[in-house]
Order: sequence, then C-alpha cells, then structure tokens
Amino acid sequence: MSDEALAERGAAGAAAPVARPVPFRGGGFAPRPMRLVGLVLFLVLLGLWELGSRTGWIGPLVLPAPTAVFEAFRQLVVSGQIWLHLGASLQRLLLGWFGGTLLGLLVGLAAGLFSMARAGVVPLVAALFPIPKIALLPLFIIWFGIGEESKVATILFGTFFPTVIAVYGGVDNVDRNLIRMGQSFGLSWLSIVRKIVLPGALPAILSGFRISAAIAIILLVAAEMIGAEYGIGAYILLAGNLMATDQLIAGVAILSMLGLAVSWLLGRAERYFLRWR
Amino acid sequence: MDLRLRGITHFYGDLEVLRDVDFGVEAGQIVCLIGPSGCGKSTLLRLLGGLERPAHGEILQLGAPPAGSLNPLTYVFQDFALLPWRTAAGNVSLVLEDHPLSRRERSEIVADVLARTKLSEFAQVLPRQLSGGMKQRVAIARALAVRPACLLMDEPLSALDSQTRELLLDDLVELWLRERFTACYVTHNLAEAVRLGHKVVVLSRRPGRIREIVEIDMPLEQRKHALAELQEQQSRLWELMREEAMAADRELADV
Ligand SMILES: Nc1ncnc2c1ncn2[C@@H]1O[C@H](COP(=O)(O)OP(=O)(O)OP(=O)(O)O)[C@@H](O)[C@H]1O
Ligand SMILES: [Mg+2]
Repeated sequence: MSDEALAERGAAGAAAPVARPVPFRGGGFAPRPMRLVGLVLFLVLLGLWELGSRTGWIGPLVLPAPTAVFEAFRQLVVSGQIWLHLGASLQRLLLGWFGGTLLGLLVGLAAGLFSMARAGVVPLVAALFPIPKIALLPLFIIWFGIGEESKVATILFGTFFPTVIAVYGGVDNVDRNLIRMGQSFGLSWLSIVRKIVLPGALPAILSGFRISAAIAIILLVAAEMIGAEYGIGAYILLAGNLMATDQLIAGVAILSMLGLAVSWLLGRAERYFLRWR
Repeated sequence: MDLRLRGITHFYGDLEVLRDVDFGVEAGQIVCLIGPSGCGKSTLLRLLGGLERPAHGEILQLGAPPAGSLNPLTYVFQDFALLPWRTAAGNVSLVLEDHPLSRRERSEIVADVLARTKLSEFAQVLPRQLSGGMKQRVAIARALAVRPACLLMDEPLSALDSQTRELLLDDLVELWLRERFTACYVTHNLAEAVRLGHKVVVLSRRPGRIREIVEIDMPLEQRKHALAELQEQQSRLWELMREEAMAADRELADV
C-alpha cells in the first residue's frame, strides 16, 4: 500500500473511527465424537427399510424386511445352529490367523533385523503378496484335501504376508537413536530387540493386525463356500441357493458383528499396549 | 580414569571429517568441545564412546575405571533418547537390567539417582508428560545410574528453551561440585562452554583439527558470579571460531 493511500485512510479514520469486531475465521475441521448420531442414523435407515418392505415397495425376495431377518436370526439361535456355524468359523479364523501372524512376526522380525533375511524375504513377499489368496484355494484343496486344512491354510497364507510387511516396516521405523542409546549403555542384543525394537515396532504391528484380521474374515467366508458343512460362509451360500434371503442377510449381519467384535478387541489391545502414546 | 586421543583422523567415504586430533580428558574434569557446524564434534564423541572406530589414531583409557562402574563411557544425548513406553524410573532401570543386580539393588540405584537429579516425585511419569528439561534430567539420571567414569554429552541442552537451559546448566554445575564427574561436553553455545569447561577444545571447520585448547582456571563454583570475566573468555573463543564458522557456513551452502 502506498504512503498516500495510508495517509488518506488515516485521515478518514481519524474523522470517524469505526469499531468492528474482528471477524471469526477459525473453527471446523475438528470432528467431535457424537455417539448418538450414528445410532439414530442406523435406526432411521432400518425404519425406512421396514417401511419399504411393509408397503411392498421393496420385494420380499429382493430384500426381506428387517423383522424377517431378525426372525431368521432368532431361529438360528433358538435351534442352536448358530453355535455350530460360529464355532466352525471361529476355529478356522483363529487357527489361520494365529498361525499366519506368528509366522509373519518371526519372518518379519528376521527381515527387519538381518540383512541376509531381508535380502531373501523382501523380494519374495513383494512377488507373493499381490496374489489374491483365494486364487490359491483350489491348489490348497488339492494339497490338503477339502477339509479344514485347506481352509486354515488359505487364511494362514493370506494373513502371513501383510504381517511380514507390517512387522519389518515397523522395525525399520524404530528410532535409530534409541537403538544407539541401547548399544551405548552396553545392552545385550537380545535386550535391545526385546526392550527397544519390539515395543518401538508395536504400533505398526498392531495396525498390521487390523489389516490381517480383515483379510482373514474375507478369506474365511470364501473358503467356507467350498465344501464346508458348517461355518457362516457355508450358511450364507446355502441360504443363497435356497433363495432364503432372510437367512442370507442374517448371515451377513453375523459377519458384520464378527468384524466389529474383532476390531473392538484390537482397539482394546491398542489402548492397552500403546497407552504410553 | 583418563582418556587420551592420539592422532585421530576419520573419514566417511572420501569425506575427511577429523584430522589429527589430539587431546586428553582427565578424571574429574569437564572438557568442552566447540567448533563450527559439521566439523565432526558428534563424530569425535562417537569415536570416544566406541560406537565407531577411527580410521587412524587411537583412543586410550588410562587407568582402570572406578570400581563398580557398570558402563565407563556413557552418553547423554541431545534428543534425550528416552523410551516413550517406559516411565522415568523404567528408563533408568533399563540400563541396569543387563547387569547382575538383585531387584532390590536395582530399585535402590534408581531411587538414588532420581533423588540426586531431583526427580523422585516424577519416578512413575511417562516421558510424554515431562517437559524437555525434565526429560534431559531423566537422561542424566540414567547416565549416572551406571556410575560412568566419563560422561559423553552431545549438546545436551540445545533442544531446550533458553530458560530451561539456564536452570539445567546450574544443576549440572551443582552436580559436578557434588560428584566431580568427568565429562566430554559438546556444545554450540560458548556461554555453556565457559560456564562448565575446565578446558575448551576449539575445532576448526571440517576436517576438524584442533585450533586451540583453552584452559579456564576459575573454579566452577565461582563462575556464576564472575560473568564479566567469563564474557572475556567467551569473546576470545568467539574470535577463534568466527572465521571458521563463517567459512563453514559458506561451505555448507555450496554442497
Ligand atoms: N554416518 C555418517 N556417514 C556419512 N557422513 C557422516 C556421518 N555422520 C556424519 N557425517 C558427516 O560428517 C561431518 C561431521 O558430522 P558431525 O555430526 O560429527 O558434525 P558436528 O560437528 O557434530 O555437527 P553439528 O554441529 O551440526 O552437530 C558432517 O559433514 C556430516 O555430514
Ligand atoms: Mg553434532
């Protein structure tokens, strides 16, 4: 702004100084948790859906009413069938996920710590990770038979790679200064790994668990759609074959709850293990 | 235990970082190391602590470290290097856990060093809850826990604001008066150097050579009240460094 302009302004201002509050420009961009809104939206959607079904606007075969779905779910619980399905699914899920996670932790840690292991593992993982593991299911069936083994193997294989990647990425991201510190105090190699590297990599490892758990559920359902008597995937497939959409949706809702439960558990684990953050 | 550096030269690849550095750190003495940015001060400290090997020359420990010293050469880092998942007491305990000490001995040492650094009430606090000055105190407590023969301090105060720095500087002087620890203290801050150093080693720009070694005879406890005389020393050091610093500054801009 030129001097004359300033002088002019000054003169005008001196005549009649107008006091105005500074306009507020901050705020926003900081979503606050509002629990109720989600619940209300969910209930409103359910209500609309129910209304649509009752008025016949949504055909019962296309999408049964929520009450019908709930009835199917109730039947499942009353007949005790749900425990058979859920039990079979959880067993596969836990075996596969634990196995894949354990192996992934070991291999990922090795790749994070030793040059030799890294040189071998990283290209291999890069090549194998992008394969959709469902594509390997037929192969696993040939190798392990149509029973439990092939299903567990698919989940194990599918969770192994993301875990490896999360673990060695986590180890890479551990603050080198902390490791230097450990060495400078003469800590043993094992102590450095146990007390500095592993806790430092834990945030990345836990977020890797979220990814591998989601993959495990996808693979579980896929694997159960081939040659399984029990399991949520099998239940959904059967319901589909019988055009029993109420049962089908009930099965899908169980999956949703399973996913929610897993992510709740992992959230608890994160809160417990990362409370120092 | 004294430390003696003889003809230290060091390279990173083709880059000569240190050339023919020669000086000693005597027991009970604080030796301050100053020099322009990038002249190899941190490198020299890493060599002193055995985290790297010099290309030429040797670093000798003269005499045995005091009995009971668990880690004769012990660092205090600029960025504190505290484990964020351990409390103050846990961070101190970390460096004792690999030594054959009973649980009781260990917790006694931890309580003792925390008391000596005025941290007792913060024992169960996580680093993220502590201010920068407090974090560095924890790091100093951790260093004292292993009863070092020589502390290697790499700009321990430069991550702190100036008021905190002043407070901690006083604490360090007080600590030295009580414990007469030995230290090699790297700093950018000439005021720190003249407040703490019995000897100030001035390095040239890279490759770091010794420009001069300035002895400051005034006892540490008097220095706080003799700022005028210290100012004189400080100006002398600045004269020594000024050209080097200017040249180093231009050099870095070229790279
Ligand atoms: N590990 C390394 N590999 C290669 N070059 C290095 C390495 N460490 C330090 N250098 C180089 O060596 C030179 C000296 O580094 P050093 O950190 O010792 O300097 P400094 O005097 O501590 O600097 P500052 O005052 O900035 O802390 C710098 O030019 C730096 O880039
Ligand atoms: Mg440095």
